[in-house]
Amino acid sequence: METKNFKRVMVWELPVRFFHWVNVITIIILAVTGFIIANPPALQSSAEATNLHSFGIVRFIHFGAAYIFFFNMILRIYWSFVGNKYANWRAFWPFSKKMWNNFWHVMKIDVMLLNEDHPDVKNISIGHNSVASLSYLVLFLVALIQVFTGFALYADTSGWWLPKLFNWVSPLLGSDFVTRTIHHISTWIFILFSLVHVYLVFYHDWLEGRGEVSSMFGGYKFVSETRLKKSSKFHDKKIEEK
Amino acid sequence: MSINNEKRNTYYESIIKQGYSRRDFMKFSTYMAAFMGLESTMVGQIAQSLENTPRLPVIWEHYQECTCCSESFIRSNHPIVADIILDRISLDYSLTLMAASGHQAEAAKAETMKKYHGEYILCVEGSIPLGDDGNYCCIAGKSAKETFLEAAEGAKAIIAWGSCASNGCVQAAKPNPTEATPIHKLVKNKPIIRVPGCPPIGEVMAGVIMHVVAFGRLPKLDRLGRPKAFYGKRVHDTCYRRPYYDAGLFAETFDDENSKKGYCLYKLGCKGPMTYNACASMKWNNGVSFPIQSGHGCIGCSEEEFWDKGPFYERTTSVPGFAVESNADTVGKVAAGVLAGGLAVHAVAANISKRTELMDRIKRGKKNEKNIDS
Repeated sequence: METKNFKRVMVWELPVRFFHWVNVITIIILAVTGFIIANPPALQSSAEATNLHSFGIVRFIHFGAAYIFFFNMILRIYWSFVGNKYANWRAFWPFSKKMWNNFWHVMKIDVMLLNEDHPDVKNISIGHNSVASLSYLVLFLVALIQVFTGFALYADTSGWWLPKLFNWVSPLLGSDFVTRTIHHISTWIFILFSLVHVYLVFYHDWLEGRGEVSSMFGGYKFVSETRLKKSSKFHDKKIEEK
Repeated sequence: MSINNEKRNTYYESIIKQGYSRRDFMKFSTYMAAFMGLESTMVGQIAQSLENTPRLPVIWEHYQECTCCSESFIRSNHPIVADIILDRISLDYSLTLMAASGHQAEAAKAETMKKYHGEYILCVEGSIPLGDDGNYCCIAGKSAKETFLEAAEGAKAIIAWGSCASNGCVQAAKPNPTEATPIHKLVKNKPIIRVPGCPPIGEVMAGVIMHVVAFGRLPKLDRLGRPKAFYGKRVHDTCYRRPYYDAGLFAETFDDENSKKGYCLYKLGCKGPMTYNACASMKWNNGVSFPIQSGHGCIGCSEEEFWDKGPFYERTTSVPGFAVESNADTVGKVAAGVLAGGLAVHAVAANISKRTELMDRIKRGKKNEKNIDS
């Protein structure tokens, strides 16, 4: 049996990768500073409050990271309309019949770990598989919850109109008590997601050998040659000749 | 206390009749303007409208409550508040403070409601129980719900005093056996001012009433129907201990050194950062102190469901559906641990289940390794 021939395919364009890594950094910063704000460490200092601003700095970092997280999200939403098909918003709406079939296929093969007698290469998703896109859809909603509750808690101490747009959230939920509880619990959803997400990336890289991990750095994934159009060989030659 | 047949005096006339001087009256107007956060030029307007406006008929109903709102009100800063607005002149009906009782009192109320239909202000202290046909709170043979709806019908506006009338308060705590209900859930077609707090600050109550009296309209309200002048800021944002918070200096226990130094009570469960009220700026008992100044964290008594939202002395986040002792972080840590364990099991299972495919690929990969040409 021969090794498969793979073609290098640009799957994750630069804005997608940029979004991903900014997300990673801001979520880590937000979670860490968030937990510090929720339960600050005991500070043994004899300095006067006038000369200290440590908690204010932690909060400043949290709010700064929150803004970056928010604008990064807007960038990604924009890119979901102009980017390639793996970045398109349709890839995150896995409710077509084809994608639903893929969902059950992934559930069987990758979650329940069953084996197929005749694996079909077309069942392997080039971009996100349907289970993954569904999880990103959920995560997007949780991110929205964080944005809405976070800015709602922040609004009253801000002089800018943007956070003030979220002034209505706390009254709608009843009080800042509820808003804060939701904000805190949602953080854990990010943490649980990250665990599964990182594991599954390694899982796919190990079992499919298509560069799942490195794709988020370079953007390329490796796709079986048989899945490309015949004419692509011709294109390759043309590029080489140039 | 039936004064309905008398000529309706203006507030000024009533105040002078009570033996106060013009000077007292002007002081009172100035106090009020300050409470409402108005600028000094508005003092004249308040004085003028008190001189010219006839007394506003007020019905003050008591339902499921502890009367702490009334107690707070009569202790407000200026004696004229208690004397004129509440005690003698303005109230046509108030269970606690009126002289009349029994049939006389009920008759006085009925008369006010009829004579000043659409003009009187209805003040409500206490929540209204809806459980068991409202039998948990009956006054003069009628259920609270019945009397309230009757009185609300002809009211110009309704003021919900305190957390009971605004949010339900402790009697609405789970499982809320009497189905204690805040009044805005029963009446939708009347302007309602919610003045939450257990009790609200006396000066705030006076300020709200004076605003209605002096300007003939409701004060500016926020989205929850609370007067913006008093509920626009969090206790935390106006707290004198705020610098300690920003510095990261917290009391760890109530008896430690930090607590003695007056550090921030955040870690001892102070709810100031989530509570909208004027405690830190107006303070209590004629500006003497407020809970945080006395070394106790805010319990958030003016916020909805403060009684069911976790312990008063901890900063924990409770998770709905879990035991009381568990908080969001405990649940999160357990979930993360279980998940990590599950993923480890999955990783092992994956290697076992897919071993044929894997071994095959590894073999091919190694073969290719040996055949590297250059």
